[in-house]
Amino acid sequence: MSRNIGKSVARVDAFDKVTGRAKYTDDRCDRGALVARVVRSTIAHGYVKSVDVSQAEKIPGVVKIVTCFDVPDIKFPTAGHPWSVEEAHQDVADRRLLNRHVRYWGDDVAAVVAEDEVAAAQAARAIKVEYETLPFVLDPIEAMQPGAPVLHKEYPDNVLKHTSSRSGDYAAAIQEPGLICVDKWYEVPTVQHCHIENHICFAYGENGRIVVVTSTQIPHIVRRTVGQALGIPWGNVQIIKPYIGGGFGNKQDTLYEPLCAWLSLQVGGRTVKLDIPREDTFVSNRVRHAQKIHIISWVRPDGTYAARKLELYSNQGAYASHGHSIAAKGMGAFPQMYPCPNVECDSYTVYTNRSTAGAMRGYGIPQVMFAFESHTEDVCRRLGMDSLAFRRKNLMPVGYVDSFSKNENYFDTFNQCFDKAIAYMDYERKHREYENQTGPVRKGIGIAPFWYNTAVWPISLEHSSCRMVLNQDGSIQLQVGETEIGQGADTAYAQMAADVIGLKDYTDVHVQSCQDTDVTPFGLGAYASRQTYTAGFSIRQTGLILKDKILEYANEMTRVAKYDLDIVDSQIVRVTDGRVLMPLSQLATEAFYSLTHSVHITAESTYQIKNNAYSFGCCCAEVEVDIPLCKVKVTKIINVHDCGRLINPALAAAQVHGGMSMGIGYALSEQLLFDPKTGRPLNNNLLDYKLSTVMDHPHLEAQFVENYEPTSAFGTKALGEPPACPVAPAIRNAILNATGVEVDQAPMTPHVLYRRFCEEGLIHDSWREEEQ
Amino acid sequence: MAKQFKEVHFNLNGRDVTTVVDVRASLTDMLRGDFRMTSVKKGCEVGECGACTVLIDGEAFNSCIYLAVWAEGKQILTLEGLMGPNGELSDIQKAFIDETAVQCGFCTPGFILTATEILNAGVEYTDDELRKLLSGHLCRCTGYENIFRAVKKTMYQRLGKPWPEG
Repeated sequence: MSRNIGKSVARVDAFDKVTGRAKYTDDRCDRGALVARVVRSTIAHGYVKSVDVSQAEKIPGVVKIVTCFDVPDIKFPTAGHPWSVEEAHQDVADRRLLNRHVRYWGDDVAAVVAEDEVAAAQAARAIKVEYETLPFVLDPIEAMQPGAPVLHKEYPDNVLKHTSSRSGDYAAAIQEPGLICVDKWYEVPTVQHCHIENHICFAYGENGRIVVVTSTQIPHIVRRTVGQALGIPWGNVQIIKPYIGGGFGNKQDTLYEPLCAWLSLQVGGRTVKLDIPREDTFVSNRVRHAQKIHIISWVRPDGTYAARKLELYSNQGAYASHGHSIAAKGMGAFPQMYPCPNVECDSYTVYTNRSTAGAMRGYGIPQVMFAFESHTEDVCRRLGMDSLAFRRKNLMPVGYVDSFSKNENYFDTFNQCFDKAIAYMDYERKHREYENQTGPVRKGIGIAPFWYNTAVWPISLEHSSCRMVLNQDGSIQLQVGETEIGQGADTAYAQMAADVIGLKDYTDVHVQSCQDTDVTPFGLGAYASRQTYTAGFSIRQTGLILKDKILEYANEMTRVAKYDLDIVDSQIVRVTDGRVLMPLSQLATEAFYSLTHSVHITAESTYQIKNNAYSFGCCCAEVEVDIPLCKVKVTKIINVHDCGRLINPALAAAQVHGGMSMGIGYALSEQLLFDPKTGRPLNNNLLDYKLSTVMDHPHLEAQFVENYEPTSAFGTKALGEPPACPVAPAIRNAILNATGVEVDQAPMTPHVLYRRFCEEGLIHDSWREEEQ
Repeated sequence: MAKQFKEVHFNLNGRDVTTVVDVRASLTDMLRGDFRMTSVKKGCEVGECGACTVLIDGEAFNSCIYLAVWAEGKQILTLEGLMGPNGELSDIQKAFIDETAVQCGFCTPGFILTATEILNAGVEYTDDELRKLLSGHLCRCTGYENIFRAVKKTMYQRLGKPWPEG
């Protein structure tokens, strides 16, 4: 059953994308659409006292202006999570369409609907907002202190959620004589997804319902949240999701769909387009949680852990979005990655007056991997122990089963991945050679593994629905609720479906890429690197149902028992002697148009997935550090992943490249800065926010270990997010190898390195020394 | 201020065209709005991301910061015009498919047009030169790895030389 699976076939959407035909949200919008603009707060925290729209209303082309005083008094959640029917497990509903209480610089205060973009922008600028200014707070630990400004009255200490886990007896364990204590803080920044297509949507009324066409990863979830936000039945909302220009988790959230739908309703259901400018996308969509992470390890001289403690402070920004789930996922990795009998973990997700943090590729794991794997290296330095040997000794062993998720580590993945990375990089020789360099430019090499688990079971619902329809020519229409967001999911689905049914070629499967909640089977969309994993189950199950129906019909036509029939290369074959009885196309045409028994052969089913899979790997990076310039250049890099069996090796490698690039940016250049005096974002554009260009990377090497995942329908597991997880700590450890300097903060920009190199005596700056 | 309009005449993908535009309109807006050339993508509208790139008299420009009225008398090529009359893909489009250089596809049109300009120069560029020539385009999906390979491979093909990584 692997005529198509395992082959690096071309993407099903590649032709349309290289010819510019692929239609994205804006490409589907009627030219006559009205255009909306959002008026944003110019303070970080306060109340809107009044909004003066008198000048704005006079601008020709302005159709409607609405303010925070006009919106319905409904609070709604935005997270791209499955809804929970149990109230205690529902996402926090702290959003309104527009806000009187503004909680970050850029919060939504009012909106203009106009005939064109220029009029909308002019009117937005002409609206005068009077504020009552309140003190603001940007740092999560400061926000937890007594007397800090309160963002949401329901959370007087600003702590959205605090969770903890305990095993063994930490306090007793640290009394053991001879232990070495390594106590350190690590810090990771706010970064943004920077998909090249900004979030955009347009809405219109049709047949008494509201239709929203939107750049989203989660159409069925957005349908529910639009219904909740507007207080209308969910069935009165139709969401259409065309091709999207990247998402990376930002679009795994309800962004401006509810406001856009509501604006359309305010102008009688006329089409209203809300195209968020890049500068606003940085500030008013979602960002990755900045975190401060405190790790205390008590380690024996033989390199075993006696006790460990984690404190994690996650900067939520102004609204709950995905809330604590991200910090919780990161915390969950701590006791699993390096199992130790005595562990205390606490994580806090804290509201601050900054841009709202949500899902972003890795969902909390890139943050904690920077801390965990920097810390591993730091522990080994204190012990004088080789860090690779330490990792091989202490990382999650084969056979480990997590008590909560029941995930099992079936294979020796960590070591297999290390071995491939080490061989490619010549790690061990270089690591020794680079240890004691002198001179201004030094080389270094570093390694970091990562922990990741596919999908979200058992924390929330995991199911997948699939529909297959046999066409007259023997080809198949395929629909699933998991969305194509650029990763190549549609192509993988076509490969899987072709093999399950017995079609000759994956191009005989027509995947309905544009999703429509009126038509597409219910599904939860693209997140948690779960698409091939979850959709695999429903595709396999539905494919077998369809195949069975086809063979039943073949039995009617041939009198051969169904059990002796099979579909091979799109032909009906008698299994007993391999004789080809007819092409599938002949059967399909007969089934449609038969005068004796015409039937439309279709299949549809839902599979509930009650398991989950570990997906591990590592990154190894080599750098050149120019000490006087405080600049780091990555000269060679590899990621090795075990994502189970590869459905499409070329597409898998391409996923890895993209994640590595994001990881390099996280390590060295990307951060969204906020002015400490005003809370205003300082670099919310693609010029000042340093996204990697093609000049900032060496060749990105992607390799795989293919251990067939036993819990999976096709042996696959997560790959979408994992590549972004281990890169920053590998680069950090390479800088340590080159310079002997522990840098505990990302991104490791020249500003950060300058301070650290001065502190460690690598740079002597007389001016700086005099100032101190 | 009352809107001002101007008639613009130019050649779009081999066809002489005329339209009347708001003098403040960008070339991106005119191509997308008046001619429905939806391959011209908007990613930043201030010349930072490269998604809106078109060829003007053979040279790659960010059409978002090029006024529509400046198109007067120019030859403008969008990705829609790169395909041959019978639907044949150009070598660089084919290379983008073969090298898995496409993911979400939003940066793809701009990259292919800049690559077209680079390849039309008929020069054998070093890796560093090629990276610099492509660096005006941002991509978040691919890490640029396969895009770079597609362009480099096509460069060698056009020069009739073996591709070193072939």
